[in-house]
Amino acid sequence: MKIANEQLKEMYLTMLKIRKFEKSASELFAAGKIPGFVHLYIGEEAVATGACANLREDDYITSTHRGHGHIIAKGGDLKYMMAELFGREDGYCKGKGGSMHIADATKGILGANGIVGAGHNIAVGSGLAIQHRKTDQVCVCFFGDASTNQSTFHEALNLASIWKLPVIFVCENNGYGISVSQKRHQAIADVSVRATAYNMPGITVDGNDLFAVYEAVNEAVARARKGQGPTLIECKTYRYRGHFEGDPVVYRPEGELEAWMRKDPIPKVEKYLLENGVMTEEEMKQLNDDVDKMVEEAIEFAEKSPLPSLESALKDVYSDIVEEGRVR
Amino acid sequence: MKKMTYAEGIREAMRFKMREDPNVILFGEDVGKFGGCFGVSAGLWEEFGDERIRDTPISEGAIVGAAVGSAACGIKPIAEIMFIDFITVGMDQLVNQAAKMRYMFGGEINLPMVVRVPAGAGIGAAAQHSQSLEAWLTHVPGLKVVYPSNAQDAYGLLLTSIDDQNPVVFIENKVLYSMQNDVDENELKPIPLGKARIAREGTDVTIITYGRQVYDSLEAAEILAKDGISAEVIDLRTLYPLDKETIFSSVEKTHKVVLVSEECKRGAYTGEIAAMIAEERFYECDAPIKRIGALNTPIPFATDLERYVVPNARDIELAVKSLF
Ligand SMILES: Cc1ncc(C[n+]2csc(CCOP(=O)(O)OP(=O)(O)O)c2C)c(N)n1
Ligand SMILES: [Mg+2]
Repeated sequence: MKIANEQLKEMYLTMLKIRKFEKSASELFAAGKIPGFVHLYIGEEAVATGACANLREDDYITSTHRGHGHIIAKGGDLKYMMAELFGREDGYCKGKGGSMHIADATKGILGANGIVGAGHNIAVGSGLAIQHRKTDQVCVCFFGDASTNQSTFHEALNLASIWKLPVIFVCENNGYGISVSQKRHQAIADVSVRATAYNMPGITVDGNDLFAVYEAVNEAVARARKGQGPTLIECKTYRYRGHFEGDPVVYRPEGELEAWMRKDPIPKVEKYLLENGVMTEEEMKQLNDDVDKMVEEAIEFAEKSPLPSLESALKDVYSDIVEEGRVR
Repeated sequence: MKKMTYAEGIREAMRFKMREDPNVILFGEDVGKFGGCFGVSAGLWEEFGDERIRDTPISEGAIVGAAVGSAACGIKPIAEIMFIDFITVGMDQLVNQAAKMRYMFGGEINLPMVVRVPAGAGIGAAAQHSQSLEAWLTHVPGLKVVYPSNAQDAYGLLLTSIDDQNPVVFIENKVLYSMQNDVDENELKPIPLGKARIAREGTDVTIITYGRQVYDSLEAAEILAKDGISAEVIDLRTLYPLDKETIFSSVEKTHKVVLVSEECKRGAYTGEIAAMIAEERFYECDAPIKRIGALNTPIPFATDLERYVVPNARDIELAVKSLF
């Protein structure tokens, strides 16, 4: 499949943004600047990037607790993301959501989600809205391997299939649900086989191969836009960090991480870009520096952003009701 | 006396029961080698192995369902739901199955099951990982609901819960897990459900609470004492069955009541208790019954906002003073 040079560069940029944003988030968490739970996407960048490269601004995604990568790939702004991680007023959720709940309605980002398996049916609802409006938008539903054991996964695939909804189910199979390996949480090796039960196409691709992901999603998006219904795409990948920051990671077999790191998705893309004359080494270096700066700026933005006012805790519970606060 | 954390209290009760009775098993997400999301079951897998400490898939419906089914068949399951927030996913099994089976089946069945659920705010975990849902649970006939505040009680109440023939939801406050308390080793034994504990004796006002707010209430009582107000603090320990006797005799002594919990105030279980006091001891009260809860919002992420939404000792102190 031929991908235009501009788009290749754009995809590379996205992967760098995710990697570097996440690396900083990890350090900032360790430094105590980010409270709560932080689930990092490092190692899985090719999935969100390859999938979202097929999407328009008016397409939708649903995300997970491990959502930073999806949000960046769908066009999320690093500044507002970082400010949200810091719990600041200028964050995407004005400090009320944090890492697990970032959303941007203007970009079709229907929210990261703290409930495993909750995105599947939200994606179905999004597909329903699209079908109802008769547009050619699509919704990409991201979820982990372990979430496919929730009833919601099965309900969603069934409904999307019988209604032929424009939903692309993208499973990020990183081999684990927290500490429980895929072998121990389900008796299948490939999540994609579950598509059979719902009579939709199912395919497994190398999730560390940007182009494999891009192509599979490209085809699925084309089908969805034509009203031909959903697809299940399983991307085999791996998370480098623990389940969340602070996870002592007692469950990995020795050497597993290292083996996956040798298949890191980013150098693969760099090699391709060089060999095909898409970018020179200098240009890549420049881009890396640019992204470092973007992340720096995002952190600066977050640090400068004020803490939310206490009364803001009461706002946005309803559109039209504000409950009472308290006097202390 | 020895020191024990709240988490250790829970763990040691499970260990004790598992050693005593081979029919006691534990399952849930990452409860095995990983030791549970909050480390509560750390070390149990090493002792009891895969057969009795089982990691489950992420399938809360299946986790609660498996507890119901295995309990109905004579096993004594302890099911851990990683956060009380996720009980929503297993709610049908809990509400329509576990809570109703004995009744529907004409009393012909025992369900000796415990569902352990960490609850509460305070760790910046935001709206889907910080809730207090005891009002939902206490509302359902057929469920018992336990909510310890310290290691000694956690230990004793869990022993009793595991042996109980009914489904028990055992709520654990996640902020308390690492808190160390003095425990009396000679008193590490079963505590009956439905028995409150007087955490501090007093004569002027009764503060009724449980869980983490026991500590806030004690802190407030200390401050109030300096201002000449003697507050009695009741730690309910069990929300259902509820220890009416202890509540009423304290009300009869102090004639003033403040109820404190971490639930958002609207529809909180404290409202049920307030109504009960109003119905049955109205003439004993010489001031309005006060309730303190979280604000009626989801739990926000940012640290200051979370602290603002969740009640603290100052809120209790002010509420008490408003009665005098
Ligand atoms: C309903 C529900 N159950 C459990 C959890 C706790 N939890 C958060 S992430 C996770 C593992 C998810 O694994 P997977 O879906 O494979 O995604 P990954 O973390 O590997 O990206 C678990 C058990 C949750 N957030 N929601
Ligand atoms: Mg996974």
